[in-house]
Amino acid sequence: MTTHMNTTLLTERKTAAAMHRSASNVSPGPVRGCAAIRVENLSLEYNGKPAFTGVSMAFTQNRITAIIGPSGCGKTSFLTCLNRLTDLVPRCRVTGRVTIGQTEVYAPETDAVSLRRRVGMIFQKPSPFPLSIRKNIELPLRDHGVRKKKHLEQTVETALRDVGLWSEVKDRLNSPATTLSGGQQQRLCLARALALEPEVLLLDEPCSSLDPVSSGVVEDLIVSLSGRFTIVMVTHNLAQAKRIAHDVAVFWMHDNAGQLIETGPCGDVFNNPSQPITAAYINGSRG
Amino acid sequence: MLDATAQAGLVGPGALPRGRSLDAFVTTAVWLGAGLIVAVFFWIVGDVFVHGVGGLSWSFLIDSPTHAGRGGGIGPIIVSTGLILTVCMAVSVPLGVGAGAWLAEFCPSTSLLGASVRRSLDMLAGVPSIVFGLFGNAFFCVYLGMGFSILSGGLTLACMVLPILIRSVEQGFGSVPGEHRRSAAALGMTRARTLAHVLLPAATPGLMAGLVLGIGRAMAETAALIFTSGYVDRMPQSLADSGRAMSVHIYDLSMNVAGGEPNAYTTALVLVASLLVINGATSAIGQRWLCGRSRG
Repeated sequence: MTTHMNTTLLTERKTAAAMHRSASNVSPGPVRGCAAIRVENLSLEYNGKPAFTGVSMAFTQNRITAIIGPSGCGKTSFLTCLNRLTDLVPRCRVTGRVTIGQTEVYAPETDAVSLRRRVGMIFQKPSPFPLSIRKNIELPLRDHGVRKKKHLEQTVETALRDVGLWSEVKDRLNSPATTLSGGQQQRLCLARALALEPEVLLLDEPCSSLDPVSSGVVEDLIVSLSGRFTIVMVTHNLAQAKRIAHDVAVFWMHDNAGQLIETGPCGDVFNNPSQPITAAYINGSRG
Repeated sequence: MLDATAQAGLVGPGALPRGRSLDAFVTTAVWLGAGLIVAVFFWIVGDVFVHGVGGLSWSFLIDSPTHAGRGGGIGPIIVSTGLILTVCMAVSVPLGVGAGAWLAEFCPSTSLLGASVRRSLDMLAGVPSIVFGLFGNAFFCVYLGMGFSILSGGLTLACMVLPILIRSVEQGFGSVPGEHRRSAAALGMTRARTLAHVLLPAATPGLMAGLVLGIGRAMAETAALIFTSGYVDRMPQSLADSGRAMSVHIYDLSMNVAGGEPNAYTTALVLVASLLVINGATSAIGQRWLCGRSRG
């Protein structure tokens, strides 16, 4: 975020992730075209029933990848595999390989808690904690060892400025987060995730429960963040995917399990799809 | 309600009169049920108030009883009741919150241990208090050698209150939306911190409901205390002393002491009033704490 934040990152967290990220900040290197997330032959089963099978793809650093496809083809399940939120679901089995930066996500030595700090996630329904606006952002920071009051205050302000919420809430930081509107709540959730300085942001239909105006604000925000974070976004809104995504991945149901049928740059997938199903889905005649 | 009936009438003309009379019947029955409950409550409280308010005075609240309770006041009895309640709550609240949190957050829904703990708690909640009294007497008074004492009484009450408290706390945690757990996990928060800082404040209403129910049951208890904290109506010097609870005093005055009814009524009035005050205070403190957490 800022140099100050990066310094504290190094001093207070000292995770391998932080080292890796700050290293990439120092040397400019090839940002575009470098795979931030690599997924190999990933499958997921709930109670022995497959949600999706055999997904292999790479997500490019600092770009927005939209995952599109009809309901029930495993898009959200796929997203939760990337930050191991699947650990919370009983009788859920993940096979295959996910690599984020240098970290093997499913390696036994990988700590899910520190992984999730590097991979932020926003859900469909805004879900601020039933605490004050300030505490919503401070709580996860404190959990990760940030204790200094001044530093906390500064991070809260920076995160709220990042999502354009600061001017709206700076006078009522101590009032309950639940008093905010839906769109403001979703931006607060985003600020809460950004405060942890993640490398990757997973967005699960972040605009679908918002009114058109709030949805537009959040969408613009996602675009403005894309140069700083690798963003993977599930969306049902094809127009939105077309507007803001750099890359698109299309999921489809085959034999009662979701599969990745096409992936590529946004323009190629929308204007010149290689699969007839994709073409039909984009035209609105399937899905 | 009327709109729905009218619409039903449009669909099938024959259904209109029948639907209306059913509607009127159900409405009357619902109002009657609610009215009956309120009437019975006011009857009981009114009866206690009318018969008891005459004997109420400052000296009644602080004096010791004389003539087996026919005269004097209930000072030592109020103190004993307060001590028994304190022991009971000091033991049952931490245990109840811990066990409730474990059941709701740490025990998988399919676990055999969890299922048997829940089943046992539901059965324990239905066990008659006299059985708890006998158990308390055998275990705390005799086996652990505590004798008839405020400690034995408080611990026995804790055993009795725990099932209600645990289940309320569990339900309190259960009513917290799953999104909070998921969001906290996605932010890389540990389970312990999520529990303490996100789930516990959100579960406070359930906890308070359990506490109010538990305090009510403990304050009203007679049978379990006769066998454990005893009858002695002197001012207790320590938790090892026997002490008479208000409910036991009421029972004794009305059943065993000829001419004890007036003081029994006044004691009952004090008991009901203190129950209302404690319940009100518990809810207020809970609310305040909750607001403090959500603002601060």
